[in-house]
Amino acid sequence: MIIRRAEDIRSSEITPYGAYLNRRQFIGTGTALSLGSLLARTARADTLPAAKSPFSTDKEPTALKYVTSYNNYYEFGTDKSDPSQNAHTLTTKPWTLKVDGLVAKPADYALDDFIKPFALEQRIYRHRCVEGWSMVIPWIGFPLADVIRRAQPQGNARFVAFETLKRPSEMPGQRGFFQPLDWPYVEGLRLDEAIHPLTILAVGLYDRDLPNQNGAPLRLVVPWKYGFKGIKSIVRIKLVAEMPPTSWNKQNPNEYGFYSNVNPEVDHPRWSQKTERKIGEGGLFAERHPTLPFNGYADQVANLYAGMDLRNFF
Amino acid sequence: MCTGFSDGTAMSIQNTGTWVGAPYWRNLSQLPTMVVYLVGIVPAIWWFWLGAIGRLGADPMRELEHALGLWALRLLIFTLAITPLRQLVGVNLLRYRRALGLLAFYYALMHLTTYLVLDQGLNFDAIWADILKRLYITIGMTCFVVLLPLAVTSNNLAIRRLGGKVWQRLHRFVYLAAILAVLHFLMSVKSWPIEPVTYALIAAILLGYRLARFLMRGQRQGKLKRVSLDRTEPTALHL
Repeated sequence: MIIRRAEDIRSSEITPYGAYLNRRQFIGTGTALSLGSLLARTARADTLPAAKSPFSTDKEPTALKYVTSYNNYYEFGTDKSDPSQNAHTLTTKPWTLKVDGLVAKPADYALDDFIKPFALEQRIYRHRCVEGWSMVIPWIGFPLADVIRRAQPQGNARFVAFETLKRPSEMPGQRGFFQPLDWPYVEGLRLDEAIHPLTILAVGLYDRDLPNQNGAPLRLVVPWKYGFKGIKSIVRIKLVAEMPPTSWNKQNPNEYGFYSNVNPEVDHPRWSQKTERKIGEGGLFAERHPTLPFNGYADQVANLYAGMDLRNFF
Repeated sequence: MCTGFSDGTAMSIQNTGTWVGAPYWRNLSQLPTMVVYLVGIVPAIWWFWLGAIGRLGADPMRELEHALGLWALRLLIFTLAITPLRQLVGVNLLRYRRALGLLAFYYALMHLTTYLVLDQGLNFDAIWADILKRLYITIGMTCFVVLLPLAVTSNNLAIRRLGGKVWQRLHRFVYLAAILAVLHFLMSVKSWPIEPVTYALIAAILLGYRLARFLMRGQRQGKLKRVSLDRTEPTALHL
């Protein structure tokens, strides 16, 4: 299956990765020319490293301070404020990433080499957590399909398995007597889900590199699935023939399925999925909003699941 | 009933919990109970204040809801710690137990109100579905229902009306409330985070202590009975 870029993105809109890497230098130069901080900020906005995408929502993004302070990343603690306090200890340079399994071109990549061939895009996506809250996040990344195409999957590859770093010395949540999950965190997608144009690997959000608490240096974003499918700090991508194990499903198979598509009709045993609270909206008296099937991406992805009973395959 | 031993060895406990005859330092504090109420309500005021000025972070309703529930549990555990503290450490805080128990109830009430009004927006269809379908909410609601009669009877008039025995038996339901409260906390979170597990362990120790004491006493009494039946002459027993 060949995924083509939507035709309304002109190649001139896409910033080359080199320019992206040089953006700090560019800003630095602007400041050095003493054009004042205001202009510097404008320059920064102008040098957004990523091309706009027709897949972006026009919803107002959630404030950066909330996106970077309210996180589920159990490797750094189970409280939502833990990752922003603890994740600074993670070394993301150097970073090595393995692509292997049922592919013609397995390889170990240094992160920069891994990313370099791909054009970065901004994708403003709705993000729905299984716990009943949601955000709108401007990610910067590239389609996972590009990565898979480069690796040249073999005919019998049907699933993609992902793995997060396991490094207890830098991840306090992986240390100690009491462990909430099996490490490393693992996730998986069906191959057709993985090469869907909405599925991306993110390396940044807003105008910056991905903060550690959001899954630096590289994470998966699948906007029509609950947030925990978006595995963080990826060290391995493996093409496989059988459905791979996934962390939350292993932890509690009755509550977390392999697919975990956002579905207001299928309640989590402990949370209604009919409604959601939008983070950063309205303070104490914020109202709930109805949750949409496939998190509002039904038009693009519902056909992937045609004929499947989504109550069974939750 | 106060029999007023003054030699410092015997003791008697009034309904108000004054430990007469104990050395002065053992009555850790002679503060009026009103102070406990005033201090106890400070966390609620603090959290409501933070919420009102928008300082509760990304998800203020959830923060407030959790904080109130957590304080209810802490206070409930505190009331359960009072007897072991007295029996094992010799620190007597009995006269504050009613205040602590009532505070626990008030926090549970605020926690529930936050859930009903701010979390669910008084959408009673959704609330009813929650109670029926989600076990941790069923358990939380049950816990509140168990606490309610205890709160209503936490006054001298109720003790007089019910009689000490009945009142005491009724108030043993606080053990059930504590079990339900920690279950509610444990089941409301994903996986097994350390915080609810810690509270569950503390509650288990406090309840286990009582169970062990109860079993040991039963055993001792059984033994004594047997001993006195075997003997032909009655023996003076010192417990």
